[in-house]
Amino acid sequence: MWRDAVLVAGKDLRIEARSRVTINQVAPFGVIVLVLFAFALDPDRGFLSTAAPGLFWVAVLFCSLLGVQRSFAVETADGARDGLRLSGLDPAGIFLGKAAAVALQLGALEVLLGIGIAVLYGTTVQGVGLLLAAAVAATIGLAACGTVYGVLSAGLRVRETLLPLLLLPVVAPVLVGATRAWEVAFGQSLDDGWKWVTLLAVFAVVYVTLGILAFGALLEES
Amino acid sequence: MSPGTGNRTTRVLGLAALATVVTVVVLGLVVTPPDEVQGDLVRLIYVHPAVSTWAFVAFGVTALASLLYFWPATRGRVWDQVAGSSAEVGVVFCALSLATGSIWGRPAWGVWWTWDARLTLTALLCALFLGYLALRRTGGPIESRAKRSAIAGVLFSVVVPIDHYATDWWRTLHQRETIDPFHSLHIHGSQLWTMVLSFLAFGLIYAWLMIHRFRLEQLEERVETEGLELALAARRAEGGGPQTAAAPQASPVGAAATGEASQQ
Repeated sequence: MWRDAVLVAGKDLRIEARSRVTINQVAPFGVIVLVLFAFALDPDRGFLSTAAPGLFWVAVLFCSLLGVQRSFAVETADGARDGLRLSGLDPAGIFLGKAAAVALQLGALEVLLGIGIAVLYGTTVQGVGLLLAAAVAATIGLAACGTVYGVLSAGLRVRETLLPLLLLPVVAPVLVGATRAWEVAFGQSLDDGWKWVTLLAVFAVVYVTLGILAFGALLEES
Repeated sequence: MSPGTGNRTTRVLGLAALATVVTVVVLGLVVTPPDEVQGDLVRLIYVHPAVSTWAFVAFGVTALASLLYFWPATRGRVWDQVAGSSAEVGVVFCALSLATGSIWGRPAWGVWWTWDARLTLTALLCALFLGYLALRRTGGPIESRAKRSAIAGVLFSVVVPIDHYATDWWRTLHQRETIDPFHSLHIHGSQLWTMVLSFLAFGLIYAWLMIHRFRLEQLEERVETEGLELALAARRAEGGGPQTAAAPQASPVGAAATGEASQQ
């Protein structure tokens, strides 16, 4: 399973390295979303630094939609999905590989967007450990959940419009948990940030387990 | 087979539902007294808890039917059709629950909406099942669609128990259960019986809608599977039958339709 996962993740990351869709299209999109939030909330009123954690994670959610769509779009051309099904690879390995590739790309985007909110919104970090733990747990959760719903809507004619409808309500706990944890890490709240990290970790474990169990059945139907 | 979705059972159920609803309306608006604190506003208790509970039941039925479909030993078209029908009725009840709750909230809390755990989770549940219904409408092979929907149905229903216990687990503006059969009752006399009757009324409405929707689902599926063959048979009969002379008149319409399609 793990060897298959590494193979699939390597394949997806190689496709990204050659096509550069995430770097050339998704990353600029994420930065544009941050700039548009600044236009909408008027930087002079001081809302931006307070709302920065929430705005950051909303931007990450939008980017994750594009990342997941891209992850399954590469399988639609030239009957690649049939090749994947007939390859004899363990479905759980395919799931873990695809989710890992999405998570790595999301992680890179989060670094870029993190620099973005520090520069554009003027935020400062007080708890680096909490910030990183929340980001890692949230990214794994988003990638695993996105991959499950990505394969659920893959192969359908209306997948572009269906995926946001299915995925966005489901990842609401990630948005809430990651935002609250980051508010504590930014020194904006005295709440216990680690309990939110626990929520994010539970979400990630549930969706990784679910993906391992259900991905095979869903891939057969896609 | 009857061409519609009704039969004697649905007619009896429909009449029983209507009679119970009329009784609840009379009891709720005329017979029962206003509340000491809430005044006439309390009359919404004869609608809101019942629609909310039946929405939960409907989503529970969807989850159960989805599991039965997903389990190879019990797999059958009927479970997918039950899951889809119940989810659709459930979404209507859930939307009604949000609307009646909002109407209650404005005078009681001073706001149409508040971001309290119960309200937020109910809105989320409604959004999730709208997604489920969209997933069912995507077309493609029936078996493939059914399997995807079964997984989504089970996943989305996980929110139902969380939503139900939200008022116990978190401090919410939404009040806790008025009728808790295992612990306590916060309502008595004619108000209690009217509320109990309202649960029966909306239960009958759920069953009535559910049967109609289930049969509609079966008819839709028949159109999907047999529609093409029926259309082909009709064209063949048209070609070989006495109406052959009418064919040239029909062709310009067909040509126009083809032209339109190619422009799109």
